[in-house]
Amino acid sequence: MNALWPKQSMSQTELEIVVDDPTAPEDDSPSVVSSGTIEIVVCLLLLALAVTLGYDNWRTGASWDSTGPEPGYFPFYLSVILGGGSLYGLIVALLARHAASGTFVTRAQARRVMAVFVPTLLFCLVMQFLGLYVASFLLISGFMRFVGKIALWKSLLTALVFTAIMFVTFDVAFDVIMPKGPLEAAFGR
Amino acid sequence: MEAFGLLLHGFAVLLTWKTLVLMMVGLVLGIFVGVLPGLGGPNGVAILLPLTFTMDPTSAIVMLSCIYWGALFGGAITSILFNIPGEAWSVATTFDGYPMAQQGRAAEALTAAFTSSFIGSLVAVLLITFLAPMISSFALKFGPPEFFAVYLLTFCSFVGLGREAKHKTVISMSLGLLLAGIGMDTVSGNLRMTFGSPELLRGINFLVAVIGLFGISEILLTMEERLALRGHAASISLRVVLGVWKDLPKYWATLLRSSFIGCWLGITPGGAIAASFMGYNLAKRFAKDPESFGKGRIEGVFAPETAAHASGTSALLPMLALGIPGSGTAAILLGGLMVWGLNPGPLLFVEHKDFVWGLIASMYLGNVVGLVLVLTTVPIFASILRVPFAAVAPMIVVSCAIGAYAIQNAMFDIWLMLGFGIVGYVFKKIGIPLAPFTLALVLGNRAEDAFRLSMIGSGGDLKVFWSNGLVGSITTLAIMLLFWPMIDGLLTRLGRRQRS
Repeated sequence: MNALWPKQSMSQTELEIVVDDPTAPEDDSPSVVSSGTIEIVVCLLLLALAVTLGYDNWRTGASWDSTGPEPGYFPFYLSVILGGGSLYGLIVALLARHAASGTFVTRAQARRVMAVFVPTLLFCLVMQFLGLYVASFLLISGFMRFVGKIALWKSLLTALVFTAIMFVTFDVAFDVIMPKGPLEAAFGR
Repeated sequence: MEAFGLLLHGFAVLLTWKTLVLMMVGLVLGIFVGVLPGLGGPNGVAILLPLTFTMDPTSAIVMLSCIYWGALFGGAITSILFNIPGEAWSVATTFDGYPMAQQGRAAEALTAAFTSSFIGSLVAVLLITFLAPMISSFALKFGPPEFFAVYLLTFCSFVGLGREAKHKTVISMSLGLLLAGIGMDTVSGNLRMTFGSPELLRGINFLVAVIGLFGISEILLTMEERLALRGHAASISLRVVLGVWKDLPKYWATLLRSSFIGCWLGITPGGAIAASFMGYNLAKRFAKDPESFGKGRIEGVFAPETAAHASGTSALLPMLALGIPGSGTAAILLGGLMVWGLNPGPLLFVEHKDFVWGLIASMYLGNVVGLVLVLTTVPIFASILRVPFAAVAPMIVVSCAIGAYAIQNAMFDIWLMLGFGIVGYVFKKIGIPLAPFTLALVLGNRAEDAFRLSMIGSGGDLKVFWSNGLVGSITTLAIMLLFWPMIDGLLTRLGRRQRS
């Protein structure tokens, strides 16, 4: 039984709801990376961002002129604060490096996160070319079928119904127009 | 009693079929959002915001705030029946709510939760009705220096009073303020931090960031957990409801205490999460037999739920009166106001009476209707959890994408949303708080404008922030709050060194 959560039963009494998660990440899965390491990486990235933005604001003008502070003044000092904060965070994280630091993500967790992140990424990509509705149909049916191992007809039906509801709600009822890619002409809107 | 007359006017605005239908839709969607894992108050409101773009502001705010009330109610359902807090502020509800369900008293616990939510909200709404107009008329006298001082106080109190590591709050806040500054500078018209990219010209939209930070990242985080659940399905009978209500007067002290804590923490940026824990802990401390808490005591449900809802509701007070949100969700509603073309701030009470009083009236009505709705429909909402997460997750992703795209009709925003999703996931896992980031992003431009206008007015003299008693005391308080933890930490460290 390798289904991802569709297994459910109303066992024992009618008053009980039971949903299983057979592919849940195992508790003893090895750590991929520690929180300490990620903290160091994040602080370095933020530091780089602070330097870049700080430089750009300094270039724009971060001092005072006759009318008051120049456009770069406020963000320049914010970059300084951000830089200071991340530098401090970096030092704290480096000093704590040898102490036992928690697990950022285990291998089993990473696998599950990727199982939803990669389809989301593909969805965003497909949306650029085929529009939102086609992409959402593909995402929902594909995710339910391949990640959730739910019956094909259920996956297709759910995806179709959900996409149709979204179309009616946004494009028709509330006049919020979504990109439709090559289907644009078919809907005539 | 001017407020009373205006409130009646608000009810008149509200009592049209269209508004009432929107209210019901909002409540149902909200409970849905509250029950589902991977969705919560702030992201539910953010994702559904695009629905309101073409509505008039009053209908829009009524629907959105009802989504929020619904989410507050919904969080309690999963806490009690499944021991899974749908929201962080319902964690404390599980302590006694779930044991009650295990003892077969689920209906009782749910009734207690919903009723106390209702009471908490009601106290907060009463506070808003009478206090908000007073504060806003006082704030009408504020100039840019006073406003900047209030913004500063908000930011500083996050740093000083937050439970996270201080440097992480500072990082989160300065990053939010910086990102808010990207794009065209509102005072001079210059471009800032765009690096020649036409996409960045528009700036980073606050709502796109919120959808990514809360919606997408929450899906990623939810996937890491074991999603198996086992719980009780309960239906509530009228007899149980009346039984619980009959005993209510016995718990007046708990209810009052929790309402007070909630209102206080809601107006200051303490938040509903802190309020629910504090409400619970205080109820336990004041009880004659504290050891009976955690074993299914009804007061253990009353206390956190009342506090969480009082806090969640009163967070709207500073938003309405001053244009400063008291919580993440209030910040998103504030973002909504700007989309609908309203200018948040004290003038709202003068220029948009229909809007403000319609909203306040909807808080009363929404909570009454919400209470009846949840009491009667609990079994339906509990069974939503039977829907496999493998179906729910992609639907949430699609809703997020619709929300993010619709705000500015920009494909670039889809990528921004995804980027913020990753940022939110990483930040949450390494303990960088997201609430200060959200607040900074929505208030950034206003805070900067207030600062620069004060500076232009004073000719570049920072003494303007101490130019009169009011602004001086707010600024001083802000700076004290900011540095207090540092001073406190230094003193303790010195003390420890001396001892050793």
